[in-house]
Amino acid sequence: MSDDAELDELYQELIMDHGRRPRNTGVAEPCSHRAHGHNPLCGDKLALTLRLEGDVVADVKFLGEGCAISTASASLMTQAVKGRPVGEVLDLYHRFHALVAADAGDASAPDTEILGKLAAFGGVRRFPTRVKCASLAWHTLEAALRPEGASTVTTE
Amino acid sequence: MSAFDATALRAEFPVFEQTIRGKALAYLDNGATTQKPRAVIDAITRFYAHDNANIHRAVHTLGERATAGYEGARAIAARFLNATSPNEIVFTRGTTEGINLVARSFVEARLRPGDEVLVTGMEHHANLVPWHMVCQARGARITHVPLLDDGSLDLDALPGLLTDRVRLFAVTQVSNALGTVNPIRALVTQAHARGIPVLVDAAQAVAHLPAAALDVQATGADFVAFSGHKIYGPTGIGVLYGRGEHLSAMPPFMGGGDMIREVFLDRSTFAEAPARFEAGTPPIAEAIGLGAALTWFMGLDREAALAHEDALLAHATAALAAQDGVRLIGTAREKVAVLSFVLDFAHPHDAATFFDFEGVAVRAGHHCAQPVMARFGVPATLRATFAPYNTEADVEALLRAVARVRRVFTE
Repeated sequence: MSDDAELDELYQELIMDHGRRPRNTGVAEPCSHRAHGHNPLCGDKLALTLRLEGDVVADVKFLGEGCAISTASASLMTQAVKGRPVGEVLDLYHRFHALVAADAGDASAPDTEILGKLAAFGGVRRFPTRVKCASLAWHTLEAALRPEGASTVTTE
Repeated sequence: MSAFDATALRAEFPVFEQTIRGKALAYLDNGATTQKPRAVIDAITRFYAHDNANIHRAVHTLGERATAGYEGARAIAARFLNATSPNEIVFTRGTTEGINLVARSFVEARLRPGDEVLVTGMEHHANLVPWHMVCQARGARITHVPLLDDGSLDLDALPGLLTDRVRLFAVTQVSNALGTVNPIRALVTQAHARGIPVLVDAAQAVAHLPAAALDVQATGADFVAFSGHKIYGPTGIGVLYGRGEHLSAMPPFMGGGDMIREVFLDRSTFAEAPARFEAGTPPIAEAIGLGAALTWFMGLDREAALAHEDALLAHATAALAAQDGVRLIGTAREKVAVLSFVLDFAHPHDAATFFDFEGVAVRAGHHCAQPVMARFGVPATLRATFAPYNTEADVEALLRAVARVRRVFTE
């Protein structure tokens, strides 16, 4: 893959769109779970709130400041997990992590059927310094869903 | 542009014999660390290939050579700062360790509840956190000289802050995030008039200021800390200058071999400074590499080299200041080497990724100066930092990179 193609893959249209116009921003009200995400190396911050109804993520919103990759990741994550049971959400969390943190030489195609739009982040694996940007929202979501409840998660 | 030949200087640095993603390397991250000239790399190689031994104890030939190299580097560092004696030069791992040493061995015991350590609003975390730690331990507090909107110190506020509770004034000579040059000599004069000792964080200053500004006898600074790797030397080695009268009165920072006079099973007596502050086997090759770096740097036509660097900074500053959507952070009249800026249209991390594809290496982040970021209301900045081996081509590459980011993010 040429250098510019790598860059185009990272900043593809879907990611640019969600980076500029993130969906589901704000605070979920009422909310049953929340967590703060922080990347101390770059200063990215994320406040995630969500409401479980039974076992299902009925609503999820975020507020934060960050780069296009981290903002788009948070935005697309909220769309992906809304309406899903917690078990499926955690499965997506693991699949997303495997997608972005995979060895850059790993050419295996992501499971786009399960990941859906999230597969757009497959290009992140070629940019080791940007993996934390893409994964901050997901780590924050996982922290919010932990049984012990509210917490702050940091990635560095 | 001066007659300074940056291209010839550049040829002394092997790192530039490569391309990054097919493009010439525009290395503008000198504030984070500088590249190393062949003279430094060769000095380290020569030490390991010919002279390697431990210092201060072996009677054999290699031990003598290693000791001579290590102590020779100390003498070079003393000359670099115009210290009155090499005994005022303590080798450390870097600026951070030097400041921690002063915090623990000089300041902590002087602090009573309610006492103050005065800092400024532009300090690197290395010149904040050690003071937080000793102040918390002793019930003392931090006060600070605030910043004006251009990133210079509010000097009108200083007299009111130099209270009789201040036990130390810790101030950077050059801001790593803003480039502001502080008037160290005047600051020291004011502090000393109130009997307050001054520590100068010179990490960002040493490679960018003329010798007179770093002359400890001229500035009167009580302590000066810097790192070797920011002045063309190796990582893992730094210098703490301390006035002789202070160092000889200070207790050790760390205990161990090489810092003692006599050791019994239940007690020990300590060597004189600077050995007292250098427990354990030090980074010998790194000290010798630092000596080579300082010798190399002092051998430059420093005035011309710094004028070249200033001209690049001025060109880049003017070109970016003229653009819509670019905000410069730090516009003090007295500044060197550092160009911090933010783009309305792209986050610093996104921009830096694109920059890398133009071969342009800059820093994107908070530069270990979070209070500075807070003061200017930004989470992070892009920071280009210059050195004498940079050229107009590097500035052009930076401007090309900004134009590319603008295209992508505002299309």
